[in-house]
Amino acid sequence: MTRPFRLLTASGTPYLFLLPGLVILGALLSVPLYKVVEYSLYDNVIVERNPTFVGLDNYRNILGDPGYWSAGFNTIVFTVGSVVGHMIVGIGLALLVNADIHPRARTFFRSMLVLPWIFTAVVVALNWQLLLNPFGLINYILDWLGLISEPLDWLGNPDLAMWSLLLISTWRGYPFIMVSFLSGLQTVPRELYEAADIDGAGFWHKFWHVTLPQLKPVIFGVALLDLIWTFQLFPLVWLTTGGGPGRATEVLSTLTFRLAFVDFEFAQAATVAVSILIISAAFTVLYLRNEARRL
Amino acid sequence: MADTALPRTTVDEERQRRWRQASIYALLALVTFVMVFPVLWMISVSLKPTTETFSLPPRLIPEEFHWGGYAKVLTDPKFRTFLINSYVVGLAVTFLSLIIGTLAAFGFSRYRFFGDRVAKLFVITTQMVPTITLLIPYFGVIVFLGLYDTLWGLVLTYLTFALPYSIIMMNGYLDTIPKDFDEAATIDGCTPLGVLVRVLLPVALPGIISTAVYTFLLAWNEFLFALALTRSMDMRTVPVGISMMVGEFGLKWDEMMAFSVIGSLPVLILFMLVQRFVVSGLAAGGVKG
Repeated sequence: MTRPFRLLTASGTPYLFLLPGLVILGALLSVPLYKVVEYSLYDNVIVERNPTFVGLDNYRNILGDPGYWSAGFNTIVFTVGSVVGHMIVGIGLALLVNADIHPRARTFFRSMLVLPWIFTAVVVALNWQLLLNPFGLINYILDWLGLISEPLDWLGNPDLAMWSLLLISTWRGYPFIMVSFLSGLQTVPRELYEAADIDGAGFWHKFWHVTLPQLKPVIFGVALLDLIWTFQLFPLVWLTTGGGPGRATEVLSTLTFRLAFVDFEFAQAATVAVSILIISAAFTVLYLRNEARRL
Repeated sequence: MADTALPRTTVDEERQRRWRQASIYALLALVTFVMVFPVLWMISVSLKPTTETFSLPPRLIPEEFHWGGYAKVLTDPKFRTFLINSYVVGLAVTFLSLIIGTLAAFGFSRYRFFGDRVAKLFVITTQMVPTITLLIPYFGVIVFLGLYDTLWGLVLTYLTFALPYSIIMMNGYLDTIPKDFDEAATIDGCTPLGVLVRVLLPVALPGIISTAVYTFLLAWNEFLFALALTRSMDMRTVPVGISMMVGEFGLKWDEMMAFSVIGSLPVLILFMLVQRFVVSGLAAGGVKG
């Protein structure tokens, strides 16, 4: 524990420092969260001045709608697929960058590999629409390699769209895992590797028996964060496929947006939004339990 | 040759080590090229006339540089408005969340007080609230406050996402500064605020810069709220502007990619300048992508 500190005596002071931040955060979150639950219990919210209270009718509607369940299923596929993709590519690249190379080279490769993360989702979506276009580069390369006989419409074909989306999402999201894992790697005590070296352990043996067990809490925390964020991700899906073709890649977030700003069914949208909140809250509790031990 | 003087096994080991290093470099170069390729291709397409966007065989470096897309985008006042709006929102959010966030971070870092753990957990939890869940009530609240279709509406909403990161990242940096600094300054008669401003902030400058860059990036790249909470062309930001090019101006790849490049430049430059700090801070704070 930190040793007792002089300023501790001025008991009101810390609250003064925290006040602006916590008040703003509190207001910006509690009011909307209260409102969204309220909206979900009414009909014709926002569009009419005096909405009617309908109790749980919206929830009954949503839960009886096959569109909701298919969006829920797509959300699970998208979230799990993305997180697995991020973890594999992110951890793989972190190990590669962490290899015994010149520090300058390491810095260079690391900053290049972080690039996908800093672009706005619109730019990411456009780049990949270009590459995945039926006349685009990916089809050209696959054709050149003899893997396909005719160009595929990666984003327009209902059977392929989700896979394409997962590819894009993996590209976009691995840097966060890579960077977190990379900084985690620096905390693993050197002696453990030295001991393994003396035992003649190879690369994989060290990875499975030293690195992974040491970084388990880091990996768990980062994977949960990624899961929570990917679960509610909107821009990337909306901008690449718009939930389509048909509803092949419709996830809960795009469904919410469509209900609100295309159909102007704000109450229904609020209901789906509340369901997203409840599921996120469950994962957040898991995450906080993991974090609380470190605070 | 010095090598010949060494025992046989050492030479072999050295050779093996070099081979391994060479293959690691080759693999890294290949993987990095593949990962960066979509970005290179964006630049390439921005420099080709639309008739050549999909021409075969594809060329990464255009035969002849075509600046038409850039010329169009740079002379159109519409795009200038998008850029200015993004700068205004980005700078305002960065400025506000840095000040408020640093104050709170100082409180967390330097004091133990009743409810500190709960307050900290609250700040972490706010990062987890789904933005899409907030969207609909924000729409209602922002309309109610008369901030619909204004940049201030965006600044206010972005604070919700930017503040937690500022607090957590600054807290992380302040924690790395030994408390002896504060004690010395306090004995010299500094108030707590004086300690923060005169003693801690100069030392924490790398942290402040990386927090600022990260906050700016967050605001600059935001799409969902910018799309839903503004309506007129005068209030659109860069990401929404780019997305509207798709629908409203037809698919002119050279112009879209030119504007994508220009719209990405500020964050790209900022990030490259301070990437060392940002990458470590990002990992420390557990930061959203």
